[in-house]
Amino acid sequence: MNWESWQTFWAMGGYGLYVWGSFGMTLLCVAAEIGLLRRHRLQVWRRLRRMKTWDAQ
Amino acid sequence: MNLYHYASPSTFYPWAGKLIPWFAALALILAAAGLYIGFFVAPTDFQQGEGYRIIFIHVPAAWMSMFIYVVMAFWSAIGLAFNTRQSFVMARALAPTGAMFTFVALWTGALWGKPMWGAWWVWDARLTSELILLFLYVGVMALQAAIDDPRRADRAGALLNLVGVINVPVIYFSVKWWNTLHQGASVSLTRAPSMAQTMLWGMLIMALAAWMYTIAVALARARTLTLERERQSEWVRARLEGQP
Repeated sequence: MNWESWQTFWAMGGYGLYVWGSFGMTLLCVAAEIGLLRRHRLQVWRRLRRMKTWDAQ
Repeated sequence: MNLYHYASPSTFYPWAGKLIPWFAALALILAAAGLYIGFFVAPTDFQQGEGYRIIFIHVPAAWMSMFIYVVMAFWSAIGLAFNTRQSFVMARALAPTGAMFTFVALWTGALWGKPMWGAWWVWDARLTSELILLFLYVGVMALQAAIDDPRRADRAGALLNLVGVINVPVIYFSVKWWNTLHQGASVSLTRAPSMAQTMLWGMLIMALAAWMYTIAVALARARTLTLERERQSEWVRARLEGQP
């Protein structure tokens, strides 16, 4: 185990800003990609359904 | 095995839908294992202290940024050569994820460069060619978005994709061909890696997680694209009765 406490873990030996800035941005990018993907899928789904009901009328 | 069978959108769609949860689960498990090794098993670096732990994101992201571009170029080439629609869909589905990893590689590189080199950015060959890769991804996506006819958009994007693939070996060998501030490869196929075993394992597992994530996300995106493109077909109409 590398860390004596949570405090030393978050501090990352003085490199906290850089290490957490890197991991945080990666998490943000991944979450944003998944979120956008999901939203786009729902938008397409709804649009295609609407088009289908128009066709049926 | 008949490959054309899998190239058909109506086969691809349900098949991809079944695979996505598996790849997503693998990505999660591998990322958890990789992060555990990265933060709790891998030792402190004797030169860079704890700052080096950025490597567990930076190197996998940089690998993926190059690799995805090559895979994209592969699908573009197949699409142009055999005129298989689903190949273009795969190429398109990979582009945003590739751009995301390129951005992450550049971002984490900047945050690593500042404490170690004293600069967020330098115009050295490695960094500059990686930035060009980001522009290539954005260029391919913008070009495809700018052309209304999807088939022409596919072809134009595929062509730019193939021309741009020349940049990938330039990125990879830049640290050999030129004097760069960026260090050379720590991991290569021809010699033993120049880093601690646990660090190496953490990095490789994170790279594997990034792979699985890419497959899951690209398949999901390809499914939505397929749905849009095949909207006139019977099977999509039947699908729309169910849940998204």
